[in-house]
Amino acid sequence: MVETVLFVIFGLAALFGAITMVWARNPVYSAMGLMLTMFSIAVFYVSNSAHFVAAVQVIVYAGAVTTLFLFVIMLIGVDKEEDRTENLPIQRPLALGLILSFGAAVAVAGRLAWTTGIRNPLDPVNGTVEAIGDELFNRWVLPFEITGLLLIVAAAGAIALAFFKDDDDAEVDV
Amino acid sequence: MTVTPGWYMALAAVLFIIGVGGILLRRNALVMFMSVELMLNAVNLTFVAAGRELNVLEGQVSVFFVMVVAAAEVVVGLAIIVAVFRRRQTASVDELAELRG
Repeated sequence: MVETVLFVIFGLAALFGAITMVWARNPVYSAMGLMLTMFSIAVFYVSNSAHFVAAVQVIVYAGAVTTLFLFVIMLIGVDKEEDRTENLPIQRPLALGLILSFGAAVAVAGRLAWTTGIRNPLDPVNGTVEAIGDELFNRWVLPFEITGLLLIVAAAGAIALAFFKDDDDAEVDV
Repeated sequence: MTVTPGWYMALAAVLFIIGVGGILLRRNALVMFMSVELMLNAVNLTFVAAGRELNVLEGQVSVFFVMVVAAAEVVVGLAIIVAVFRRRQTASVDELAELRG
Protein backbone atom coordinates (compact mmCIF):
# COMPACT_ATOMS: atom_id res chain seq x y z
CA MET A 1 0.00 0.00 0.00
CA VAL A 2 2.77 2.39 0.98
CA GLU A 3 4.68 1.36 -2.10
CA THR A 4 1.69 2.07 -4.33
CA VAL A 5 1.28 5.56 -2.90
CA LEU A 6 5.01 6.23 -3.25
CA PHE A 7 4.98 4.91 -6.80
CA VAL A 8 2.09 7.15 -7.84
CA ILE A 9 3.46 10.31 -6.19
CA PHE A 10 7.05 9.94 -7.29
CA GLY A 11 6.14 8.47 -10.65
CA LEU A 12 4.21 11.64 -11.44
CA ALA A 13 7.11 13.70 -10.06
CA ALA A 14 9.59 11.81 -12.25
CA LEU A 15 7.46 12.30 -15.36
CA PHE A 16 6.93 15.98 -14.56
CA GLY A 17 10.67 16.47 -14.04
CA ALA A 18 11.54 14.66 -17.26
CA ILE A 19 9.04 16.61 -19.34
CA THR A 20 10.21 19.87 -17.74
CA MET A 21 13.76 18.95 -18.63
CA VAL A 22 12.93 18.47 -22.29
CA TRP A 23 10.47 21.34 -22.56
CA ALA A 24 12.05 24.20 -20.58
CA ARG A 25 13.67 26.93 -22.66
CA ASN A 26 15.97 27.96 -19.84
CA PRO A 27 18.65 25.29 -19.25
CA VAL A 28 18.54 25.98 -15.49
CA TYR A 29 14.94 24.74 -15.39
CA SER A 30 16.07 21.71 -17.38
CA ALA A 31 18.70 20.95 -14.75
CA MET A 32 16.12 21.35 -11.96
CA GLY A 33 13.72 18.99 -13.73
CA LEU A 34 16.53 16.47 -14.10
CA MET A 35 17.28 16.76 -10.39
CA LEU A 36 13.62 16.10 -9.52
CA THR A 37 13.61 13.01 -11.72
CA MET A 38 16.85 11.74 -10.14
CA PHE A 39 15.40 12.13 -6.65
CA SER A 40 12.23 10.28 -7.64
CA ILE A 41 14.28 7.44 -9.09
CA ALA A 42 16.23 7.29 -5.81
CA VAL A 43 12.90 6.80 -4.01
CA PHE A 44 12.10 3.94 -6.39
CA TYR A 45 15.46 2.37 -5.56
CA VAL A 46 14.54 2.44 -1.88
CA SER A 47 11.18 0.83 -2.72
CA ASN A 48 13.11 -1.93 -4.49
CA SER A 49 15.34 -2.41 -1.42
CA ALA A 50 18.39 -1.01 -3.18
CA HIS A 51 19.42 1.26 -0.33
CA PHE A 52 23.07 1.69 -1.20
CA VAL A 53 22.28 2.43 -4.83
CA ALA A 54 19.68 4.99 -3.71
CA ALA A 55 22.27 6.78 -1.57
CA VAL A 56 24.76 6.76 -4.46
CA GLN A 57 22.04 8.04 -6.79
CA VAL A 58 21.35 11.04 -4.55
CA ILE A 59 25.03 11.80 -3.99
CA VAL A 60 26.30 11.29 -7.53
CA TYR A 61 23.38 12.31 -9.70
CA ALA A 62 21.23 14.70 -7.71
CA GLY A 63 24.30 16.14 -6.05
CA ALA A 64 27.39 16.05 -8.24
CA VAL A 65 26.12 15.69 -11.79
CA THR A 66 23.37 18.30 -11.49
CA THR A 67 25.77 20.70 -9.81
CA LEU A 68 28.25 20.14 -12.62
CA PHE A 69 25.52 20.87 -15.16
CA LEU A 70 24.58 24.05 -13.28
CA PHE A 71 28.22 25.15 -13.20
CA VAL A 72 28.51 24.72 -16.96
CA ILE A 73 25.20 26.53 -17.52
CA MET A 74 26.46 29.44 -15.42
CA LEU A 75 29.76 29.36 -17.30
CA ILE A 76 28.02 29.50 -20.63
CA GLY A 77 25.50 32.11 -19.46
CA VAL A 78 21.94 31.70 -18.28
CA ASP A 79 20.70 34.95 -19.73
CA LYS A 80 20.98 33.61 -23.25
CA GLU A 81 17.75 31.72 -23.64
CA GLU A 82 17.73 29.48 -26.60
CA ASP A 83 15.96 31.04 -29.55
CA ARG A 84 13.56 28.50 -30.95
CA THR A 85 14.00 29.61 -34.54
CA GLU A 86 15.66 26.35 -35.25
CA ASN A 87 15.87 25.24 -38.80
CA LEU A 88 13.91 22.03 -38.35
CA PRO A 89 11.12 22.05 -40.92
CA ILE A 90 10.44 18.34 -41.25
CA GLN A 91 12.61 17.01 -38.46
CA ARG A 92 10.23 17.90 -35.64
CA PRO A 93 7.16 15.95 -36.83
CA LEU A 94 9.51 13.22 -37.97
CA ALA A 95 11.01 13.07 -34.47
CA LEU A 96 7.56 12.94 -32.88
CA GLY A 97 6.58 10.11 -35.21
CA LEU A 98 9.78 8.26 -34.35
CA ILE A 99 9.14 8.72 -30.63
CA LEU A 100 5.61 7.37 -30.99
CA SER A 101 6.75 4.36 -32.98
CA PHE A 102 9.54 3.74 -30.49
CA GLY A 103 7.04 3.86 -27.64
CA ALA A 104 4.77 1.42 -29.45
CA ALA A 105 7.75 -0.86 -30.08
CA VAL A 106 8.68 -0.76 -26.39
CA ALA A 107 5.09 -1.58 -25.44
CA VAL A 108 4.98 -4.51 -27.85
CA ALA A 109 8.38 -5.77 -26.74
CA GLY A 110 7.32 -5.54 -23.09
CA ARG A 111 4.33 -7.70 -23.91
CA LEU A 112 6.32 -10.26 -25.88
CA ALA A 113 9.50 -10.69 -23.85
CA TRP A 114 8.62 -10.43 -20.22
CA THR A 115 10.77 -11.65 -17.36
CA THR A 116 13.51 -13.93 -18.56
CA GLY A 117 15.63 -16.11 -16.37
CA ILE A 118 14.87 -18.16 -13.34
CA ARG A 119 13.96 -16.70 -10.00
CA ASN A 120 16.70 -17.16 -7.47
CA PRO A 121 15.09 -19.17 -4.69
CA LEU A 122 17.21 -17.54 -2.01
CA ASP A 123 16.24 -14.69 0.25
CA PRO A 124 14.85 -11.49 -1.23
CA VAL A 125 17.53 -9.19 -2.58
CA ASN A 126 18.84 -6.77 0.02
CA GLY A 127 21.03 -3.98 -1.27
CA THR A 128 22.93 -3.04 1.86
CA VAL A 129 26.43 -1.66 1.68
CA GLU A 130 27.74 -4.95 3.01
CA ALA A 131 25.99 -7.08 0.40
CA ILE A 132 26.97 -4.81 -2.51
CA GLY A 133 30.56 -4.58 -1.30
CA ASP A 134 30.77 -8.33 -0.88
CA GLU A 135 29.59 -8.83 -4.45
CA LEU A 136 31.68 -6.01 -5.86
CA PHE A 137 35.01 -6.91 -4.28
CA ASN A 138 34.74 -10.64 -4.79
CA ARG A 139 33.09 -11.45 -8.08
CA TRP A 140 33.41 -8.11 -9.84
CA VAL A 141 36.75 -6.89 -8.53
CA LEU A 142 38.42 -6.73 -11.97
CA PRO A 143 35.63 -4.65 -13.58
CA PHE A 144 35.75 -2.47 -10.49
CA GLU A 145 39.47 -1.83 -11.00
CA ILE A 146 38.84 -1.07 -14.66
CA THR A 147 36.26 1.56 -13.72
CA GLY A 148 38.95 3.16 -11.58
CA LEU A 149 41.18 3.34 -14.65
CA LEU A 150 38.28 4.76 -16.64
CA LEU A 151 37.73 7.51 -14.09
CA ILE A 152 41.42 8.44 -14.13
CA VAL A 153 41.37 8.64 -17.93
CA ALA A 154 38.22 10.77 -17.83
CA ALA A 155 39.71 13.16 -15.28
CA ALA A 156 42.93 13.45 -17.30
CA GLY A 157 40.91 14.07 -20.45
CA ALA A 158 38.85 16.80 -18.80
CA ILE A 159 41.99 18.52 -17.54
CA ALA A 160 43.59 18.24 -20.99
CA LEU A 161 40.48 19.82 -22.54
CA ALA A 162 40.48 22.59 -19.94
CA PHE A 163 44.12 23.45 -20.69
CA PHE A 164 43.52 23.40 -24.42
CA LYS A 165 44.53 26.73 -25.90
CA ASP A 166 43.38 28.21 -29.16
CA ASP A 167 46.11 28.64 -31.72
CA ASP A 168 44.94 32.08 -32.77
CA ASP A 169 43.32 34.50 -30.39
CA ALA A 170 41.49 36.23 -33.23
CA GLU A 171 38.80 33.57 -33.37
CA VAL A 172 38.14 33.72 -29.66
CA ASP A 173 36.98 37.30 -29.89
CA VAL A 174 34.39 36.58 -32.58
CA MET B 1 -2.97 -3.21 -5.32
CA THR B 2 0.69 -4.05 -5.14
CA VAL B 3 3.39 -2.56 -7.27
CA THR B 4 4.96 -5.25 -9.43
CA PRO B 5 8.33 -4.78 -11.15
CA GLY B 6 6.40 -4.40 -14.39
CA TRP B 7 5.17 -1.02 -13.19
CA TYR B 8 8.74 0.15 -12.74
CA MET B 9 9.62 -1.23 -16.17
CA ALA B 10 6.75 0.72 -17.73
CA LEU B 11 7.73 3.93 -15.95
CA ALA B 12 11.35 3.43 -16.99
CA ALA B 13 10.25 2.93 -20.60
CA VAL B 14 8.28 6.18 -20.52
CA LEU B 15 11.27 8.04 -19.02
CA PHE B 16 13.54 6.54 -21.66
CA ILE B 17 11.18 7.68 -24.41
CA ILE B 18 11.11 11.20 -22.96
CA GLY B 19 14.91 11.13 -23.05
CA VAL B 20 14.86 10.04 -26.69
CA GLY B 21 12.48 12.91 -27.36
CA GLY B 22 14.87 15.34 -25.73
CA ILE B 23 17.71 14.11 -27.95
CA LEU B 24 15.61 14.39 -31.08
CA LEU B 25 13.80 17.67 -30.38
CA ARG B 26 16.30 19.90 -28.63
CA ARG B 27 19.35 21.52 -30.20
CA ASN B 28 20.98 22.74 -27.02
CA ALA B 29 23.98 20.51 -26.37
CA LEU B 30 23.50 20.72 -22.60
CA VAL B 31 19.87 19.65 -22.71
CA MET B 32 20.73 16.82 -25.10
CA PHE B 33 23.35 15.72 -22.60
CA MET B 34 20.82 15.77 -19.77
CA SER B 35 18.55 13.62 -21.93
CA VAL B 36 21.32 11.05 -22.21
CA GLU B 37 21.59 11.02 -18.43
CA LEU B 38 17.83 10.55 -18.16
CA MET B 39 17.98 7.55 -20.49
CA LEU B 40 20.81 6.00 -18.48
CA ASN B 41 18.78 6.47 -15.30
CA ALA B 42 15.72 4.86 -16.85
CA VAL B 43 17.80 1.81 -17.74
CA ASN B 44 19.22 1.74 -14.20
CA LEU B 45 15.68 1.62 -12.84
CA THR B 46 14.92 -1.43 -15.00
CA PHE B 47 18.11 -3.11 -13.70
CA VAL B 48 17.06 -2.62 -10.09
CA ALA B 49 13.47 -3.71 -10.71
CA ALA B 50 14.58 -6.83 -12.59
CA GLY B 51 17.12 -7.65 -9.88
CA ARG B 52 14.37 -7.53 -7.30
CA GLU B 53 12.10 -9.69 -9.45
CA LEU B 54 14.79 -12.35 -9.92
CA ASN B 55 16.22 -12.06 -6.37
CA VAL B 56 19.74 -11.36 -7.58
CA LEU B 57 22.11 -8.63 -6.51
CA GLU B 58 23.76 -8.29 -9.92
CA GLY B 59 21.14 -5.77 -11.00
CA GLN B 60 22.33 -3.32 -8.38
CA VAL B 61 25.98 -4.02 -9.17
CA SER B 62 25.25 -3.23 -12.83
CA VAL B 63 23.67 0.06 -11.76
CA PHE B 64 26.86 0.87 -9.90
CA PHE B 65 28.98 0.34 -13.01
CA VAL B 66 26.57 2.29 -15.22
CA MET B 67 26.78 5.18 -12.77
CA VAL B 68 30.59 5.21 -12.92
CA VAL B 69 30.56 5.21 -16.72
CA ALA B 70 27.92 7.96 -16.75
CA ALA B 71 29.98 10.09 -14.37
CA ALA B 72 33.06 9.74 -16.59
CA GLU B 73 30.95 10.57 -19.61
CA VAL B 74 29.54 13.70 -17.96
CA VAL B 75 33.01 14.94 -17.05
CA VAL B 76 34.42 14.57 -20.55
CA GLY B 77 31.24 15.70 -22.32
CA LEU B 78 30.85 18.87 -20.31
CA ALA B 79 34.53 19.66 -20.80
CA ILE B 80 34.02 19.30 -24.54
CA ILE B 81 30.93 21.53 -24.43
CA VAL B 82 32.84 24.22 -22.53
CA ALA B 83 35.80 23.96 -24.94
CA VAL B 84 33.47 24.27 -27.93
CA PHE B 85 31.66 27.19 -26.32
CA ARG B 86 34.91 29.04 -25.67
CA ARG B 87 35.76 28.76 -29.33
CA ARG B 88 32.37 29.21 -30.99
CA GLN B 89 30.31 31.08 -28.37
CA THR B 90 27.36 28.75 -28.82
CA ALA B 91 25.96 25.60 -27.28
CA SER B 92 23.63 24.84 -30.16
CA VAL B 93 24.60 21.79 -32.13
CA ASP B 94 23.16 23.27 -35.30
CA GLU B 95 25.86 25.92 -35.33
CA LEU B 96 28.60 23.33 -35.13
CA ALA B 97 28.86 22.38 -38.77
CA GLU B 98 32.61 22.68 -39.15
CA LEU B 99 33.06 19.00 -39.79
CA ARG B 100 30.38 18.94 -42.47
CA GLY B 101 31.78 17.66 -45.73
